[in-house]
Amino acid sequence: MTWEPVIGVEVHVELSTRSKMFCGCAVDFTSPPNTNVCPVCLGLPGALPVPNRRAIEHLMSIGLALGSEVSSRSVFHRKNYFYADLPKNYQISQYDVPVCRGGHLDITVDGETRRIGIERAHMEEDTGKSTHVGLGGRIHAASATLLDFNRSGVPLVEIVSRPDIHSASDARVFAQELRGLVLELGVSDARLEEGSLRFDANVSIRPAGSTGLGTKVEIKNMNSFRSLERAVDHEVSRQIGVAESGGELVQETRHWDEEAGVTHPMRTKEGSSDYRYFTEPDLVPMTFDDAWISSVAATLPELPAQRRSRYQEVGLDGRQAATLAESPPRIRQVFDEATGLGADPTAAFNWLSGEVVSHLRRAGLESEELHLGGAELFELVTIVEEGLVSATAAKEVLEGVLTGEGGPREVASSRDLIQVSDATRIGEVVDAVLTANPDAVAGYRDRGEEKVVGFLVGQVMRQTQGKADPRVVNELLREKLASQPGGTPATG
Amino acid sequence: MPVDVDIAYVARLARLELSDDELETYRAQLGVILEHAARVQDLEGDPHVEATHTLGLENVFRDDVVTASLSRDEVLAAAPEARDGYFVAPPALET
Amino acid sequence: MTPDGPTIVEAGRRLREGKTTAVALLESVLDVAQLTEAIVHAYLTIDREGAFASAAFADEELANGRDRGPLHGVPVALKDNMCTRGVETTAASQILGGYLPPYDATVVTRLRQAGAVIVGKTNLDEFAMGSSTENSAYGPTFNPWDVSRVPGGSSGGSAAAVAIGSALGALGSDTGGSIRQPAALTGLVGLKPTYGTVSRYGLIAFASSLDQIGPLTRTVEDAAVLLEAVWGHDPLDATSYDGAYPDPRAEMGRGVDGIRVGVVRELSGEGYEPEVETATANMVDRLAGEGAEVVEVSLPSFEIALSAYYLIAPAEASANLARFDGIRFGLRIPGPTTEALMSATRAEGFGPEVTRRILLGTYGLSAGYYEAFYGQAQKVRAAIRADLARVYTDVDVLVSPTSPTVAFEAGARVADPLAMYLSDICTIPSNLAGDPAVSVPIALDGRGLPIGFQVMAPALGETTLFRVAAEVERLAGFTARPVIDLVAS
Repeated sequence: MTWEPVIGVEVHVELSTRSKMFCGCAVDFTSPPNTNVCPVCLGLPGALPVPNRRAIEHLMSIGLALGSEVSSRSVFHRKNYFYADLPKNYQISQYDVPVCRGGHLDITVDGETRRIGIERAHMEEDTGKSTHVGLGGRIHAASATLLDFNRSGVPLVEIVSRPDIHSASDARVFAQELRGLVLELGVSDARLEEGSLRFDANVSIRPAGSTGLGTKVEIKNMNSFRSLERAVDHEVSRQIGVAESGGELVQETRHWDEEAGVTHPMRTKEGSSDYRYFTEPDLVPMTFDDAWISSVAATLPELPAQRRSRYQEVGLDGRQAATLAESPPRIRQVFDEATGLGADPTAAFNWLSGEVVSHLRRAGLESEELHLGGAELFELVTIVEEGLVSATAAKEVLEGVLTGEGGPREVASSRDLIQVSDATRIGEVVDAVLTANPDAVAGYRDRGEEKVVGFLVGQVMRQTQGKADPRVVNELLREKLASQPGGTPATG
Repeated sequence: MPVDVDIAYVARLARLELSDDELETYRAQLGVILEHAARVQDLEGDPHVEATHTLGLENVFRDDVVTASLSRDEVLAAAPEARDGYFVAPPALET
Repeated sequence: MTPDGPTIVEAGRRLREGKTTAVALLESVLDVAQLTEAIVHAYLTIDREGAFASAAFADEELANGRDRGPLHGVPVALKDNMCTRGVETTAASQILGGYLPPYDATVVTRLRQAGAVIVGKTNLDEFAMGSSTENSAYGPTFNPWDVSRVPGGSSGGSAAAVAIGSALGALGSDTGGSIRQPAALTGLVGLKPTYGTVSRYGLIAFASSLDQIGPLTRTVEDAAVLLEAVWGHDPLDATSYDGAYPDPRAEMGRGVDGIRVGVVRELSGEGYEPEVETATANMVDRLAGEGAEVVEVSLPSFEIALSAYYLIAPAEASANLARFDGIRFGLRIPGPTTEALMSATRAEGFGPEVTRRILLGTYGLSAGYYEAFYGQAQKVRAAIRADLARVYTDVDVLVSPTSPTVAFEAGARVADPLAMYLSDICTIPSNLAGDPAVSVPIALDGRGLPIGFQVMAPALGETTLFRVAAEVERLAGFTARPVIDLVAS
């Protein structure tokens, strides 16, 4: 039997607000432990939460970018569980009335676009950080947990996909796409190495072709795209193994062990999932009217998917559009300016994705340091089209522009790269070359040797130090060869 | 009839390590209290419940502004155990 | 002895007439405490040093012409569930023994800004859970009117201190009657303001949707003075009201002519002491005699308000008290794992009533029981609000006894939680509704124990509430003070 994996991904995104979700402590992971803490985020007796408006607006931005519906009314709930790094021993989260519902994110894999449904996106607070250490230096010394609450209360958005994903690599791409989106929105630093993006996945399998849902296993503790993909991959194989050996899958939560590359069951604690959700009585309901939603929508930047379709509309193919859509802002700006002035989009794209990118790489520069404006790219594309410089010479022109020698026309002229397209002058050289190479002429005329043309073009280019317009050279050569004594070449 | 409560389960959820005698006492007391409390089920009608503040407050937020944190020394002074700027707890699981 | 200290308003007058000083006022309440604490046990902590510093500063300011208003230089007490920076705050629990908060509750900040002198922290039922102040980990408080009886609870320490005169006024907190019931049992005025008008920031939470801080004082006017000092919008409390506040004094002294008074049918009958019912009926008659339009009203949902309360309050408490876990502050009983440490600490640190309510609340929220218990209790709460909204179209205020009984014997209800819970039957509906309510002393029973009369008003109805309360006070002419036999006890 073949099996189809059914995967839903939950992504936790730490927002990059200045202050925490429910108090004024700074969001700053570079501070020494327990220095960005106050009665609220330490859960001291008597402290009360007050929600951060910007965090809520960041969540609205994410929802709007995903095409979610922003609820007209939403409330916070308490999610009750005891854990040393959860100061109140409940997390302020959302339950049945999240801020954002529905929506989708498109992922493109090998040129094929798949739409992944979004179930919901809600607001919650992060926990503190536990570090498990051995104390006393003896091998079997009792270990301990060191607790730092700087992260406690940092705004956290949980985005839950529908179970629309059917491979581990798609799960990874989904997560990567989502990371791109939050970066683009400017709502999170999305630094994986700092844990500001974390993943859980719900994995089940079903016989290919069936539409039922198998037993769902939740896997937790993935902190990188690679571990997400590996963990899902491993879990799918494990489930298939169990199913095919006649075993029974149990609904459970499994922990991903990055080192060992396996998932294993979390120690099942009695009642550990009895979260006893209830409405957070320290907070009042949130309502979202059209005015607020549209004011947030108005601040949204153009998103990768929107850019992709715009680039396709101006004439790039799917792959080019996708590449450009993912390119740094400066590169896209140059493209938009150049094409706005009338540059051919494909030519502009080719320059940017080819020579410009490799120049940056060679020079070790960030794209923001690029020494090329949209007007200059337009000029470069234009002088190539006009035949003022050859395609080969144009690369040299670009190099001059990028190193600050001046505009394209200026560089073409100062570097003496302007090509000769005057038919009379080129005709003289062609005649001279034909006279000097009778054997080649004969080979073409008598035996139809096509390669001869290339050889002769090369000779003409050499004599003109590469400045002759190859199109003109080609044209004149064929014309003159055809009119050589002996008549038309044999066809074959 | 007193309500039958799985008191050991509830005590575990609430992180209360109680002796068998204590569990039995609370089980009996909760049974009686809940029997009385179950009168909430006598309510006629099925009113719509929506979380609301008495005064109808909605959309109470703070601006995203950083305010002063506590001094770490003061915070850790109240801690049962602290070291190197951290609170210290035993491991999450038995080692 | 019989306390002869002034009311807040009298103290203020004497201060400004130069007949006393803040330091002298403080000394006299400390003298009372010195004489009575061993018998009454109103206080958990007396902050002599801090209080004298504030009193001296208050005198200096007054001498320099800086007058912060009617609380300036007045010695007041705080229930020990309000955080005071650097002053031990325990909520009468073992689990917070020795705890020094790193911040002041908003009400504390406001009292200081009003020039009040904070004498100390008063006893309460642990985490404000109880109706007798017998559930304190640090020993019970006794009723100054009869020290074999309870002062009510949970703000019993605040009530006893004001009744005996070891403070001129005090703040309590009221979740199901914890200000009004002890006020009634100790012959004081006790007010639970509209939910959201007094900041809860720094109040150690019992049940967040019900808790409200308010004054316990000797007179209705004193209650207005304390209320005005502490209420108002607080950005640190997201449930704090930010609109226009009523003026509690606006109609005080205007009598009750034309005021429509509803007598709540459900808050009488079985379980109510005859003398309490008689005194209540007499007061209703006298109000009618002053021109009030008295009608009997029925609020059927009140019959099951107590049941709803004993599901909602413990549910919220079970979460609010989860933070007491031995990790960041307070008591720690060591254990090999975090869970073991937490479970041992909590079992050791919480007393039986708190443990019982945490278990009750946890159960009512747990999988499989939520709908039948907590969820259904919320429906009852909605029904109570609807019932009240309906009757308040016909009446301006509702009245009832504050407590079905006068102060009961210490120990009488300790073994029977349900009997204890019934002490709050008259006061709970206002908490579930979020409405203001006040208890005013109206008489002594045959044994010389005070009887309280409750006036309830719709949300933000403090103007009418104070108007009616002031008239009840005038009509009752209640001036009795407790007598304590310092020798025999």
